Amino acid sequence: MPSSSEDLAETARVRRNWLLSTPALVLLALGAAGPLLIVAVYSFLEAGEYSGVEWRFSLDAWFQILFHRDIFDDTISLADAHLTIFWRSVKLSLLTTIATFIFGFPTAYFIATRAPKQRALWLFLITIPFWTNLLIRTFAIMEVLRNQGILNTLLMKIGLITTPIQILYTDTAVLIGMAYVYLPLMVLPMYAAIDRFDFRLVEAGYDLYASRWQVLRRVILPIVKPGAIAGSILVFVPSLGAYVTPRVLGGGKNMMIGNFIDLQFGQGRNWPLGAALSMVLLVIVGAALLAYVRVSTKENPHG
Amino acid sequence: MTDTIAVEAKSARKTYGQGTEAVTALKDVSVQISKGEFFTLLGPSGCGKTTLLRLIAGFETPTSGEIWLDGKDISADPPNKRPINTVFQSYALFPHLTVAQNIGFGLEMLGRPRKEVAETTAEMLALVRMESLAGRRTAQLSGGQQQRVALARALAPRPKVLLLDEPLSALDLKLRKEMQSELKRLQTETGITFIFVTHDQEEALTMSDRIGVMSAGNILQIGAPRDIYTSPANRFVADFIGETNFIDATVDATGATLSGGQHIDIAPQRIAGRSGKMTLALRPEQLRIVPAGHGLPATLTHSVYFGTDIHCHLALPDGTELVARMQAAADGSAAYTPGTQVGLILPPDAIQLLED
Repeated sequence: MPSSSEDLAETARVRRNWLLSTPALVLLALGAAGPLLIVAVYSFLEAGEYSGVEWRFSLDAWFQILFHRDIFDDTISLADAHLTIFWRSVKLSLLTTIATFIFGFPTAYFIATRAPKQRALWLFLITIPFWTNLLIRTFAIMEVLRNQGILNTLLMKIGLITTPIQILYTDTAVLIGMAYVYLPLMVLPMYAAIDRFDFRLVEAGYDLYASRWQVLRRVILPIVKPGAIAGSILVFVPSLGAYVTPRVLGGGKNMMIGNFIDLQFGQGRNWPLGAALSMVLLVIVGAALLAYVRVSTKENPHG
Repeated sequence: MTDTIAVEAKSARKTYGQGTEAVTALKDVSVQISKGEFFTLLGPSGCGKTTLLRLIAGFETPTSGEIWLDGKDISADPPNKRPINTVFQSYALFPHLTVAQNIGFGLEMLGRPRKEVAETTAEMLALVRMESLAGRRTAQLSGGQQQRVALARALAPRPKVLLLDEPLSALDLKLRKEMQSELKRLQTETGITFIFVTHDQEEALTMSDRIGVMSAGNILQIGAPRDIYTSPANRFVADFIGETNFIDATVDATGATLSGGQHIDIAPQRIAGRSGKMTLALRPEQLRIVPAGHGLPATLTHSVYFGTDIHCHLALPDGTELVARMQAAADGSAAYTPGTQVGLILPPDAIQLLED
């Protein structure tokens, strides 16, 4: 029967396709899921004496994330230091996202409203820092912010301040550094959204008695919101796991999760705790992504 | 007199660009539009009709001259300070809002109380017969429905003047006819001054109280549809509004002499004391074809069948081409074979004299 021979051919084709993609699938499984699995397993093991892990099941690492056991009298207290680091990471990441939006939206708007021929140049200028090493860029920011740096020298020359402001090695320095590093990630999706925006709607807004501010808030922003959400995800997620910027500009004192994890695998010699912290970071990022997806797909009755 | 005028353009000029690249879209146009009038700006694309509309809306400021509304100079007012609303050619509905939210937008921006916004929105939805779609997003609507929402949105704040920028051009023929009578109904019901921009002469003739015919940044003639059709001011207007036959002739007190020497009688009130070289203009439906030997000799070159009527293309001995429109005979008479010699009667009181 022709239909059964067709079915057979179809089955053979499907099988061949699976076979052909097997090497790629194996590579993906080993390369992406494998390391993640190792980290997950390590978080349930005991810390080794000098580093590494002892292959004994233990929930100590997960316990240590939130609680601190006194080594002398075994009393249990909340691990304030860890919570502070978590809170700082989330707070700085949120502030970075807000800062990149505040600077990124006007930038993207400016580029999208240039003549088409000029836009490529402006976009190129925005992406130039991408081609430079992150560490070098961060040290450049350090040069601007330090006590004898460009900013303080300038402010003292003008006479606004008499003694340098301590910006370097503070949360503010980390915030400025991350906002600078991640700004292009906000500008690009925002630009794409504004570029698609129909500017005749702005005229319609003015025609219907909206002020400039109302046109921005009631017409432009709601319509380019998907771009802002995409940009926020692109900025927030890497901010949360940032390592280089808080390390250089925060001076080791103002740690973020990334640095704290690094500490556990290095001087802290507590690989399971580092692994557990990595899993927590993964969960926070996943939760943030889920929340964004929920917000962006939800039908908002007020636009 | 002044309190019956809604909008007035006083020598409004608009120039884009500078120096040698400057383009003047509008050349010192003056026009008075009365309250409650359905006024149409008619002209080919690029004639400046949309520019004039944008000056009235406030999207552009005049290079020189003024725009007045209700006896006040509003040239410097931004669009959100003018009690004038626009129905855009692209509709420009807000895609993130529902039909009802679109309609209520203007009132909300004016800071009207929530209750009034809701009431007026419901009223407008009823006016354009869109009650059942109040909660829809505008992207889910058909072209005709979007058109109605755009209209309701512009009418909701009760503007003194409603501007319509070729709002029907995106609709198909049947829907366009429907919307034409719908627009006329809305204008009568609301009593708002409508300024309508179109390049479609039929649309202009059927809907307007008065028409301003524009070309190359000037208004060539302003008048009621009938006056513009029967007494066009010049060759451009005669040619743009409906089909017209043009015949070059020398006019004297009794009539006109064609280049071939034939004489045509013209009614004295049409000549109005003029003489010299002029263009005779005659609508296709005013030409009458009679058997050869009578009237002006002509040759039938070909005829086109249109169902209700037949367009006969004729040539005078000097080569001038004319079109005569006649009712198609019920018996389907095939008398109009190409090459036939016929006579042409030009009714003396229908001939227009246009100075070149």
